[in-house]
Amino acid sequence: MCGIAGIIHKGKSTNVGGEMQKMLQSLKHRGPDSTGYALYGNGESNNYILRFKVGENVKEGSSAVMEDESVYQERVEQVNSKISTSGATLHKEEQITPYSYRYVISYDGDLLDLAKQIESVEMTEILSLGKSLELIKDIGDASVVANQYDLSDFAGTHGIGHTRMATESGVDIRSAHPYWAYPFSDVSVVHNGQLTNYWNNRRALEKKGMRFMSTCDSELIAVYLADKIRNGIDLEEAMRGSLDDLDGVFTYLVATKDKLGMAKDHMAAKPMVLYESDDLVALASEEVAIRTVLPEEIDTYDPYEGEVKVWQA
Amino acid sequence: MASIKKHKSTEMGLHDEVLTGRTQQVFFNPEETENFFYHDAHKVDFNKRTEIDANNLECININRKINELMAKGYGTIVIKNPGSKHSIGVGILNKLNLIIEGSLGYFGIGSVDGPVVRISGRVGWSCAENMMAGKVVVEKNAGSCFGAAIRGGDLICKGSVGARSGIDMKGGTIIVGGDAGAFTGFMMQRGRIVILGDVGPNLGDSLYDGTIFVGGSIKSLGADAVEAELTDLDIAWLKRKIKVSEIDKKIDYKKITKIVSGKKLWNYDNLEPTERKGAI
Repeated sequence: MCGIAGIIHKGKSTNVGGEMQKMLQSLKHRGPDSTGYALYGNGESNNYILRFKVGENVKEGSSAVMEDESVYQERVEQVNSKISTSGATLHKEEQITPYSYRYVISYDGDLLDLAKQIESVEMTEILSLGKSLELIKDIGDASVVANQYDLSDFAGTHGIGHTRMATESGVDIRSAHPYWAYPFSDVSVVHNGQLTNYWNNRRALEKKGMRFMSTCDSELIAVYLADKIRNGIDLEEAMRGSLDDLDGVFTYLVATKDKLGMAKDHMAAKPMVLYESDDLVALASEEVAIRTVLPEEIDTYDPYEGEVKVWQA
Repeated sequence: MASIKKHKSTEMGLHDEVLTGRTQQVFFNPEETENFFYHDAHKVDFNKRTEIDANNLECININRKINELMAKGYGTIVIKNPGSKHSIGVGILNKLNLIIEGSLGYFGIGSVDGPVVRISGRVGWSCAENMMAGKVVVEKNAGSCFGAAIRGGDLICKGSVGARSGIDMKGGTIIVGGDAGAFTGFMMQRGRIVILGDVGPNLGDSLYDGTIFVGGSIKSLGADAVEAELTDLDIAWLKRKIKVSEIDKKIDYKKITKIVSGKKLWNYDNLEPTERKGAI
């Protein structure tokens, strides 16, 4: 059991970081192991925002690889060098935790090439690379992660998030959601459920050159959608295809620079409650999450089996 | 809509007896001398009315408060600001007028035996799960597993419901004014479901017994579910029940589709023994 939530404001930027924190904190009982946010902000002068980590010294007892933090600085220097040799320019550099960084870069080349260069540095993983997406995930509940990464005042149009109860893989950052749809900027996915044909799909996608950073089945959805988008398929059409191609029980949310979508499997086995008004759309595994940002009585409903919906910011 | 063969169950020689409604008519006789007694049941006065503001209360404290008030004889309790919290109003084992001013989260009004509950908002998954008796009316929509495993009583949703409504249902009646999702009546064993709108795929999948009435379209039938003849007795029952449900909708009763089990999947006696209920 995991909790997922999303909110999108139509034509308006607001404190989406604070809203997502409240929604996810109310879903803590569905997944206490880790929390992740994919927030879509107002950008940095059309430059790319790169969120990455060079290690995972998160918590004793987790399945993360524990290392001496002294190796991190060396890795960051290697990342800086890779960025430079790839032809990108580093404009801003922020260290958020001992292992996690936020960079602002400008780059005109192929994102896949840049991503491969950066991830060639040992234990380094790009969490997101986009012009408005900022993907943050760590061990702990929504408030712990929001405080750690200073998200409570994050301004933007939309966001999705996840509270994770680890079932298929370890308690670590790489198994936490959301997943970035590597190598497409600004595409992220959160998922509640289990995929039963994970390995078949993963092998097929790896043969096509797609990369997986974890053994978490949810990552498959992001990579699957990335592969479809890479082949020119529209997001909504790719989502509809996923209902037939992915086996198992699942509800997932996907977000792009200006859209938020949801898909529910043919069995409707995983929950999703939806509220839509002229101004915003809010979705969550439980209505109690929506009520944290809309405390008044509202009309909500459960989307039906096999439903795919996409909204514009 | 799937192509459904007319009166397939009759052609198969099934359900002659069930179609009279025999198995739904009598579960429990309250006049029986060996009548059971619930330890936590209270004698209440419906004229004694009070309110609970649930705004800053956790569900366990809301339920404790309901129990304390019933023990003091309050027979009409209004819950204000329920805030879609989970498991509110569970385990009420006596008659009570419970009025919820707002929406409930998951597992609301579960395992109840006797109260009349009115919910002005929406309910989440598994509303009234395992209800034994009473009446629950939801004014707006409901999530999945609406009325899962209910044994008796009337469960009414004036809006639409999610998937698997009436799953594992063992008696009672579910009435839905709007649409219903996939696997409605999945593994239903007794009772009746009425959906006045459209129904999703796999309706009545692995249906043991009981009857499902659908006013709108059916996307597809599940394994072993078949269409049966709608009788005058059925129409009379539907008219009476829908009137009681307070659903204000124009209905062409002759266009209602009746779905029953097309295969004997069960191996149990006709009537549920009262001893079984007493032992719970």
